[in-house]
Amino acid sequence: MMLNRRSFLKGTAALLPTPALAQGAGPRVVVIGGGFAGASAARFLKRANPKINVTLVEPNQTFTACPFSNHVIIGLRDLRALQFGYDKIAAEGVILALVAATEVDAGKRSVRLANGASLPYDRLVMAPGVDVDWKALPGYSQNVGDVMPHAWKAGGQTLLLRAQLEAMEDGGKVLMSSPATPVRCPTAIYERASLIAYYLKSKKPKSKLIILDSKDTFSQQRNFQNAWKELYPDHLEWISLSQGGNVASVQVETRTLVTDFDNFEADVANVIPPQKAAAIAQAAGVADRTGWCPVEPFGFESQLVPNIHVIGDAAMTGAMPKAAFAANAQAKVCAVAIAALLAGQKPPEPRLINTCYSFVAPDHGISFAEVFRPANGILVDVEGSGGSSATDAPPAARKLEAEYAEGWFKTITAEVFG
Amino acid sequence: MNATRISVAAAMVLLIITGAGSAAEAPAGASSCTGCHAAASGSNAMRALGGMSAPEITAKMTAFKSGSAQTTIMDRIAKGFTEEEIRAIATWYAAQKP
Repeated sequence: MMLNRRSFLKGTAALLPTPALAQGAGPRVVVIGGGFAGASAARFLKRANPKINVTLVEPNQTFTACPFSNHVIIGLRDLRALQFGYDKIAAEGVILALVAATEVDAGKRSVRLANGASLPYDRLVMAPGVDVDWKALPGYSQNVGDVMPHAWKAGGQTLLLRAQLEAMEDGGKVLMSSPATPVRCPTAIYERASLIAYYLKSKKPKSKLIILDSKDTFSQQRNFQNAWKELYPDHLEWISLSQGGNVASVQVETRTLVTDFDNFEADVANVIPPQKAAAIAQAAGVADRTGWCPVEPFGFESQLVPNIHVIGDAAMTGAMPKAAFAANAQAKVCAVAIAALLAGQKPPEPRLINTCYSFVAPDHGISFAEVFRPANGILVDVEGSGGSSATDAPPAARKLEAEYAEGWFKTITAEVFG
Repeated sequence: MNATRISVAAAMVLLIITGAGSAAEAPAGASSCTGCHAAASGSNAMRALGGMSAPEITAKMTAFKSGSAQTTIMDRIAKGFTEEEIRAIATWYAAQKP
C-alpha cells in the first residue's frame, strides 16, 4: 500500500469528494517544478484534499534524479535507472502541464506558460531547483560547460563527464572545483570525488583526482578524509581554501582551473560552479539578494511574496540543506499547510527530518541526519539530534549504510513517482 | 503512560469532531519517515512501518533515543523527538494498515 489520501490524512471523511462538487469548484494550486520537491507537493496536495485542483508545471517529460548520478558517472548505473515519469501522479488526479513556466504575476496570481496559456492560482508552489550562476565564475559559461562539465544537473552533463573519464588515458589528471555553500547537495561533491577515485584506482591506476575547494570544512569531513586516507591515498588529493584551493576563474582552451596562487591543467575538469535559485524564482520576486528564496518554516510560504510557497533546493529555510530527502519532507509539510490555509486554518507546527547518504566506495556508505523544528522564523536543528555516522563504525556498518542508501532511493522515488 | 496515549487519542477525536485538524491529522514529523520507510510492507533494507504495532515502534524509537539499541542512523533521528511525539507517530503509523 502507498500512503494514499485516506491514510495520509486519516479521518478526513468530511473532505471526501461528493459527486455534486465538480472539480472546477475547488481551490487552485499550481506547482512549478517536477523534481523531488514539486512532484511530491503536487501528489500530496491532491491526497490532502482531492477537491483542490492541482496543476504540475514541468518542461520535461521525464525527471532525471541527481542522487546516484555519481554512480552513473563511473559506469555503475544506467542513467535510465534515475529517470521517472509523471503518469502515476496524473492518475491520482494531478493535472500535468508539461511545458515551461515563463512568468509569474503575483498580483494577478497567475502563471504564464511557454505555450501562451495562463494558469490562475489561489496558492502557488515553486520548486524550480537551481540554476548555475554563470556570472559567478569568470571564464565559465554554458558553452564552456560542454568542455568542462558541471554534471550538477543529471542528464546529458552526467553522461558527458562519464564519457570524458572513460576516454581519458591512464595517467591522466582529473580536477574538480568545489564552490562555497550554499549549493545543491554539497556533500555529493565529496561523494563524487570518492567514486571517481574508486574508478581511477580500479580502472586507471596511474591517474589522480584533485579537488580544488573554496571551503575549509564540509559535512562528514572526518568520515570522508579517513576513508580517503585508507582507500585512495594515491588517487585523491584535497586542496582546501586555506591551502589555496579556491578556483577564481577557468580557461577552457587549456582546461585550466586558476586558483589565487596557481594554475591547474586538467585532462578532465569537472567544474561545479556557484548556483542560485532558478530563473523563474528570480523573476517571480521570491529570491532575495543572496539569490535564494527566504521562506517561513510552517508551510514554506515566501517571506517576500504572499501566496507563493518555495520548497526544495531554491528555498532558504534556515538549517535544512538542499537535498532530495529534505525536498520531499518539505513538500509533504507544505501540502498539509496549504490544505489548512485553503480551509481557513492555521498550518500545524511541523517537525522535519533530513537524511543524506553518501558513498565513499560502492560498498561503503556514510550518512548525515538531522531533525528540524521552527524557531524565530526559520528551521533550526532540534537540540541533541542529528549528526554523522560514527567515525569508528566497523566495515559491516559501512556496508549496511550503502544498502540503506540504495533502499532510500527506491523508497523515495516510489513515494514520489511510483 | 496509558494516560498520555488516551490524551493523544482524545485530542485526535476532538480534532476530527471540530474539523480543526483535518489537514493536521498526521502528527508532527510523521510525514518525513516515508522518505526511507515504506508505509506498507514489501520494502527495501529499511523496515516498512505499516506492519508494526504502535508499542513496537515506540519501543524501538525509545531504545534508539536512549542508545540501548544498535543502529546506524536511527539514534541520531530518534533523539530529535520527545517521547510524546514518538508515541503520537507510532500510534498514527500503526493505524495506517491497508
